[in-house]
Amino acid sequence: MLTEFGRVLLFFIVGMVFVAGGLVFAWLLRPHRPYPSKLTTYECGETPIGDTHVRFNIRFYVIALIFLIFDVEVVFLFPWATVYKGLGWFAFIEMTVFLVILLVGYAYVWRKGDLDWDKPLPEIPTYEHGVGVRHSALHEEMEG
Amino acid sequence: MTTVEIFGLLKEKFGDAILESKTEGVPSPYVAVAPHSVLNVALFLRDNEQTRFDVLMCLSGMDYMAGKFGVVYHLDSMPLRHKLTLKVHLTAENLHVQSVESVWKTADWHEREAFDMYGIVFDGHPDLRRILMPDDWEGYPLRKDFKVPQYYNGMKVPY
Amino acid sequence: MGLLDQRFENSNVFVTSMDYMLNWARLSSLWGMQFGLACCAIEMMATGASHYDFDRFGTFFRGSPRQSDVMIVAGTVTLKMASRIKTLYDQMSEPRYVISMGSCSNCGGPYWEHGYHVLKGVDRIIPVDVYVPGCPPRPEALMEGLMKLQEKIRKESLAKG
Repeated sequence: MLTEFGRVLLFFIVGMVFVAGGLVFAWLLRPHRPYPSKLTTYECGETPIGDTHVRFNIRFYVIALIFLIFDVEVVFLFPWATVYKGLGWFAFIEMTVFLVILLVGYAYVWRKGDLDWDKPLPEIPTYEHGVGVRHSALHEEMEG
Repeated sequence: MTTVEIFGLLKEKFGDAILESKTEGVPSPYVAVAPHSVLNVALFLRDNEQTRFDVLMCLSGMDYMAGKFGVVYHLDSMPLRHKLTLKVHLTAENLHVQSVESVWKTADWHEREAFDMYGIVFDGHPDLRRILMPDDWEGYPLRKDFKVPQYYNGMKVPY
Repeated sequence: MGLLDQRFENSNVFVTSMDYMLNWARLSSLWGMQFGLACCAIEMMATGASHYDFDRFGTFFRGSPRQSDVMIVAGTVTLKMASRIKTLYDQMSEPRYVISMGSCSNCGGPYWEHGYHVLKGVDRIIPVDVYVPGCPPRPEALMEGLMKLQEKIRKESLAKG
């Protein structure tokens, strides 16, 4: 009676009803008593200094972009893989060309260092006055 | 080296800045130093080959009542394995001592605690502020004439 | 105000059955805010560990006041900490409860006489629901305190009366 698309729509509607129903029911029942002190930013009990907006590191953006490109590549691979059986050599060579183009891009990104996750180098502290154990009797004894 | 020997060495080097040394009749023998020369004495004690006091075990403030205050330094030597106690006597009108934070880094927080509890000001300390009590507390709690306040920021303090 | 919370003048069958379910849901999953200040915190950790398990009550500790239902004040409340406790209690969302654990947060404890830096009882700044005596209270005592809180929650109602 229902088309395939119809079934998917029904699924979607039921899912939405579950989510929305839970949220609406909770909104009806929960207490809502805001006052200024409650709405302050959480900073472990201290008075908050500055804004809550945190600046993200640029590395995340680069990795996400590269992921997106290769994810779309995989999405293209799926339907090709489904109907591959009846297609023959032409389809294989065409897909290989597509993959090689993207592989060249991947090699470029790798070589350029965009996939590296740079870590800060540890700073070893130095001390001005030298108080050493060299003068200790025990050390001299140990060294013979 | 014993306290008597170190006292002799210091007296040779600094003369009048070293006030006295008491070794009999006290729980631990000490050397008393004038407040304006503490930094020089500390540097000498740390770097001199015969003494080499590289560890400051403890720095405490003292309130002897009747307007007399003091600072007590307990020094220890890791290579030479001997100890020393230094005392500095101050009066209520002039609660200033030179800071030894540049000599031993431990003194950083110990001096902040002495300031917080007694009000002794350490000249030359990079960051002298309260460490144990809240920043807007009034008074110096470990002084003998300290009175507990009735209210602090709207909260009743006594039982 | 929530649409239905505290809106009914007197109880009726809808409210009582809602109450029963709501209170059961709330008391079975009391998420605690970890607030260990001093020695009582060790006993609280012991209660949360495997021998006297807290997780079987549905309680586990959250770091943030926004996500917790109950604040167990375990340990000495100094005046320096008291302003932070007030802010954190304010930042908890309703329904919120407070369990005062140990003598120090009940009444100042061993510091009642000479403690110039101690707040004599956390109920001077926030409303407390359950007091658990002891110095420190044994884990069984803290569990009984939690169960008494659960009894208190069971009696709450959506109706005003």
